[in-house]
Amino acid sequence: MSGAGLRRAVVLAAVVVACVLPFALSNFRLFQFTQVFIYAIALLGLNILTGFNGQISLGHGAFYAVGAYTTAIMIDKWNVPYGWTIPVAGLLCLVVGFLFGIPALRLEGLYLALATFALALAIPQILKYFEHWTGGSQGIVLSKPRAPFGLTLNPDQWLYFVTLGVLLVLFVLAANLLSRRTGRAIVAIRDNPIAAQAMGVNNALYKSLTFGVSAAYTGVAGALSAVAIAFVAPDTFNVFLSITFLVGIVIGGLASISGAVFGALFIQFVPNWAQDISKAAPWAIYGIFLITFMYAMPRGIAGSLRLVLGRLARLSGGTRRVA
Amino acid sequence: MALLEVAGLEAQYGWTKVLHGLSFAVDVGGITTILGANGAGKTTTLRAVCGMVKTAGEVRFDGHRIAGRATEDIVRLGIAHVPEGRGTFMQLTVEENLRLGAYARASRGTLAGDLRRVFEYFPVLGDRQRQIAGSLSGGEQQMLAVARALMLRPRLLLLDEPSLGLAPLVVREIFRIVRTINREERVGVLLVEQNAAMALDLADHAYLLETGRVVMSGPAETLRKDDAIRRSYLGY
Amino acid sequence: MDIFVQQVVSGLATGGIYGSLALALVMIYQATDVVNYAQGEMAMFSTYLAWTLINAGLPYWVAFAATLAIAFVGGLAIERVVIRPVENAPVLTIVIVCIGLLVILNSLAGWVYSYIQKPFPSPFPEKPIRIGNVFFGAHDLGALGVTLVVLLSLYVFFRYTTLGLAMRAAAQNPVSSRLCGIRVGWMLAVGWGLAALVGAVAGMMVAPVVFLDPNMMAGILIYAFASATLGGFTSPGGAVLGGLIVGVIENLVGTYVRFIGTELKLTVALAVILVVLVAKPSGLFGRAAVHRV
Repeated sequence: MSGAGLRRAVVLAAVVVACVLPFALSNFRLFQFTQVFIYAIALLGLNILTGFNGQISLGHGAFYAVGAYTTAIMIDKWNVPYGWTIPVAGLLCLVVGFLFGIPALRLEGLYLALATFALALAIPQILKYFEHWTGGSQGIVLSKPRAPFGLTLNPDQWLYFVTLGVLLVLFVLAANLLSRRTGRAIVAIRDNPIAAQAMGVNNALYKSLTFGVSAAYTGVAGALSAVAIAFVAPDTFNVFLSITFLVGIVIGGLASISGAVFGALFIQFVPNWAQDISKAAPWAIYGIFLITFMYAMPRGIAGSLRLVLGRLARLSGGTRRVA
Repeated sequence: MALLEVAGLEAQYGWTKVLHGLSFAVDVGGITTILGANGAGKTTTLRAVCGMVKTAGEVRFDGHRIAGRATEDIVRLGIAHVPEGRGTFMQLTVEENLRLGAYARASRGTLAGDLRRVFEYFPVLGDRQRQIAGSLSGGEQQMLAVARALMLRPRLLLLDEPSLGLAPLVVREIFRIVRTINREERVGVLLVEQNAAMALDLADHAYLLETGRVVMSGPAETLRKDDAIRRSYLGY
Repeated sequence: MDIFVQQVVSGLATGGIYGSLALALVMIYQATDVVNYAQGEMAMFSTYLAWTLINAGLPYWVAFAATLAIAFVGGLAIERVVIRPVENAPVLTIVIVCIGLLVILNSLAGWVYSYIQKPFPSPFPEKPIRIGNVFFGAHDLGALGVTLVVLLSLYVFFRYTTLGLAMRAAAQNPVSSRLCGIRVGWMLAVGWGLAALVGAVAGMMVAPVVFLDPNMMAGILIYAFASATLGGFTSPGGAVLGGLIVGVIENLVGTYVRFIGTELKLTVALAVILVVLVAKPSGLFGRAAVHRV
């Protein structure tokens, strides 16, 4: 079976398993996996910007927050059905991200990281400042939606399928985008911006658009999280969230779509395992996990998989890649 | 026993093999040159000797195995490498560059004395001691690179295309100084060059490299005089 | 006017601490292109070690010197043991390792020493010092003095010693440094050691003011980022100067501008970062990156 065929089979199998899970797991576990899907969408957003396009963002928690609060405010203040809030949140973040991408054009590597870091730090304070809209420190409480059309699913199961559905759509979209000319242009800008420009790629436009798309993805994730958790509060969207996202994409694997899923699994479950191992200093264990993962897989889980599969292909006498 | 003995040297960058089993030698106090077109593997050969790329095969300096050792350890044995692009510390002064050259020196000798010696060879460097190295001209930077190598008091000097991008007059001057150093201080020289004419003029022994393999070798005199070789391999 | 001068000096004292930590960040960044996010926690942990020594009965300055030595060795060891396995990995991978280090140190400190704030002694007298008509806090002047002595010593070391020269070379051009026989890996380790040492000084000078607790350096780290951004991440001197300026600005804004309460404590730092990045990303003294095609 060819490489692409194998990959498709694996993905299909994973989707089938994912669809069966809700009927085998407790509601709590289901909620955890729903959170994994939400993180995966957010991480894919960040990965498009940082992994594929080389623009480091330490502030994606901001777009997550914008998405979450957009949904929360629309539901709370204007009684908009949650289904509509999600694309609206996505669109709003697309615009905000694009606008943010324009001044970001002037900033390279470290400086962009610093700017986005500063943004991430400011978010909780900004959210608390606009009390009238955001409900200040108290946040906004929502209610969990029920399954429509009288489907015999409890709210947790319904939300699980909703997020899974959105994830599949967004992932397929991203896969298509990144495998075509657009994707190659985005990566070219990361690897050699001057050469890319010289070959006719409009760096400024692509970089800003990538920022917008990246923000949109993370914003949709934020919107979904607001619906799933049924609560938003400023302190949830602090700088640690943004750092967690960065951890997620590096551990999962930069410039990799599957990396987003691996990363999401890591950031959701490893802190819990760390707590199981040591009640006294769980974050120390988490830190040890981080470091050992990076030693064993410097290019992330997806990166290591790629290496292993590549080596296997070479050993089995597959097509020799002339480096 | 030769100063530098290389047998079956292989080297690769990532998955690409660039050298396919080279064998050559440099005698004590001798000058050997390696010639070849772009991409033949000349620079890689020097880097392999210095442990800067992944290698296989035998490399012996003064009878001791140096293949597989770290660059900084090889240098400390007395091998000075003037790399392609000169490797100048652009943000440091000329004097600081030279002091760094003496960092790993094995033998005793005052720094001031060595600086004086080097300024005798290259007076222009003496004038520009306190200048930032990045502000020197190409020719001056090449002189600085050679001078820095000399500060090590090396037994073997590796020169990677010293003529690249320099005016012929400057190149002639540098080659003259290399010949003097070789004669007076018995420093062996391994010279990699594209400018075959000047290299064959300077060297005792020559090797011709083509895509990572030695295709011809012999006394420099012979290669220089042989018309057929000159025309087909050296292009003049 | 008196209050102004007082606040400026007080700001310089805090600024010296910001500048020290900023210097530590810049030293490592220049050599490795990595921002060591764990720099603050390393400083905090060193300060806790100092606290342990003082509590064990050692006189202050003996404990101070011992802590500097331990911090130096610790920093060096961290580079050789924790960072070295990933030194050739992509930058973001190393960043994650630094974040891991940050989290481990913070958690360890909380576990060993608890999260309860502890007082930390100042070696300087309680009584304010009077110069002319103005009263200055003795700790402010003392901290500023100590910081300047440490920074000056570092400057002399880098500028005039062979080892300092070798370290500068290794940071600027590792390949050429190897060709000079310089063990670049160890130069890096010494750099980490010195950065940790400088951080420890900052920690011990700030602890008497903010009280010792595992999270005490978090805000200061942010101010250190602001300082390094202002001064330029490619300029050690700039980082220190940036720190002094940021310290003074923070103090003056805190004194003269009413609505900056504790909620918006970091606002000055964030504002500085954003303003500098918009106006001149490479900072006051930094060099704009030149890209060779």
